[in-house]
Amino acid sequence: MNSNDRSDRQPAVSVRRASVVYPAADAPVHALSDIDLTIGQGEFISLIGPSGCGKTTLLRVIADLEPITSGEVLVNGLTPHEARLARAYGYVFQAPALFPWRTVLANVMLPLQIQGRPRAEAEAVAREHLGRVGLTGFEAKYPWQLSGGMQQRVSIARALGFEPKILMMDEPFGALDEITRDDLNDQLQKLWQRERRTVVFVTHSIAEAVYLSTRIVVMTPRPGRILKVIDSTLPDERTLDLRDTPEFMALAHEVREGLAHGHGGGH
Amino acid sequence: MAANRGSWPQRALPVLVVLAAVLLAWYAGAVGLNRAGVLERVLPNTHPNGHTLGDLVAATWTMERPVLPAPHQVAADLWSSLVDWPLDSPRNLLYHAAVTAHATLVGFVLGALLGIALAAAIVHSRTLDRALLPWIVASQTVPVLAIAPIVLVILGTLGFSGVAPKAAIAMYLCFFPVTVAMVQGLRAPQRIETELMHTYAASRWQAFWLLRMPSALPFLFPSLRVAIAAGVVGAMVAELPTGAQAGLGAKLLTGSYYGNTVGIWSALLMSALLGLGLTAAVAGIERLVLRRRGQAGGVK
Repeated sequence: MNSNDRSDRQPAVSVRRASVVYPAADAPVHALSDIDLTIGQGEFISLIGPSGCGKTTLLRVIADLEPITSGEVLVNGLTPHEARLARAYGYVFQAPALFPWRTVLANVMLPLQIQGRPRAEAEAVAREHLGRVGLTGFEAKYPWQLSGGMQQRVSIARALGFEPKILMMDEPFGALDEITRDDLNDQLQKLWQRERRTVVFVTHSIAEAVYLSTRIVVMTPRPGRILKVIDSTLPDERTLDLRDTPEFMALAHEVREGLAHGHGGGH
Repeated sequence: MAANRGSWPQRALPVLVVLAAVLLAWYAGAVGLNRAGVLERVLPNTHPNGHTLGDLVAATWTMERPVLPAPHQVAADLWSSLVDWPLDSPRNLLYHAAVTAHATLVGFVLGALLGIALAAAIVHSRTLDRALLPWIVASQTVPVLAIAPIVLVILGTLGFSGVAPKAAIAMYLCFFPVTVAMVQGLRAPQRIETELMHTYAASRWQAFWLLRMPSALPFLFPSLRVAIAAGVVGAMVAELPTGAQAGLGAKLLTGSYYGNTVGIWSALLMSALLGLGLTAAVAGIERLVLRRRGQAGGVK
């Protein structure tokens, strides 16, 4: 593991023949079966598919929240466990998971505090990231004083604050209404534009996947596997209007076809 | 919650009704229980030529060494002990309350710390969970009255006297509710919160201080209120077998030696007030600490 291995050319995530099997009384459950996937530095990858297709499991495997049964997963050349200890991940869960006893600012400071950053520096970083998600002025509020969309923005600021190499997002906007979701999609897109951080994004919304991603990974259940990887033909600079263009619709159609095919033609 | 409780008069009314009922029953009980003594020892002297019902009732409420003293006798005895004697006099009940409170507080602090430490050990180790918890539960099935003399004798031989043995017994009663509540509280963080700390590669120590402890506070404080009330009982029980000269327990004991029933009751009232005061103090700290959590404190 010399420094050359960590060059920018090295994939951010590489998954080789990875399987996750849960033992069960009758027949073992193949949550993930023979997954092969390489994610380059700075890519925005969406994992999409019906429930049970293993998209969240794959995300959790990469983030070292779940072990693989067989195969290999490398994150910047390290095992997920090593990468986690090196604090490579910012993980945004389905729920905001803010600590109710901490203010918004203190919640965003949490990971910085765990890293042992000086208090003043942590506070400055946290304030800056709250500003980036449009929450300046809410620092002293408590999470329960904020709406669901604002809470999820706090959790995104918290995940970005410690500058993780990879941002993992597990249906972060799934519980929000469509208007809030559009707004956050737009903000996330701009954020990615600015920082070009590697993002792995789990969703069950086709529009969201197409709008945000550079590549869309279509997955299918029983056993959980990758059906198709679709490269986005959209420009990097995107606005919400883009969703009405024929190009966007063609991509969405391709994803929908893939999903339908996986559903109908499955084993 | 606060909105449903209503205003002060609305909240106080039911309490006052019950208080009135208790006082009424108390006065009636005093008449019934003291009647025989009054007829035998008091009225023949004061009313040798016969007495009315009014004389009888009045005598049952004012006699010396009654079986059941009337509330105003107890209140008067308590009041006179507070205002007629200096604070450092053994005749002053506040002096005894302070002695008991001292032992209670020392035992409470040690017991709470022990309870938290045991709970922390239990939630971090499956082995300790299985090894310790049955013993902790079993420890509470042994009556404190049986343990107190043993502890006092042993600590006495080791040269500990005064506050230490009393605090030890208060601690014995205090740690248990804290342990039980903290085991539950330290396990209260949701999976998603634990996983969040996991993705930050937080150490166990960090997860404990930044997640488990704050999550456990809403569980800790109710148990502290139970613990401090139990601690008063422990400290008083410890004062009984020592022949101690000071403390509410000792005051109760001397009262019963000399048949000073009014003194026993006023010491009892004082210990109730002490228990209430200490519990209220813990509740006050709880409100201060949990104040800013808003609704989220209790909602999981």
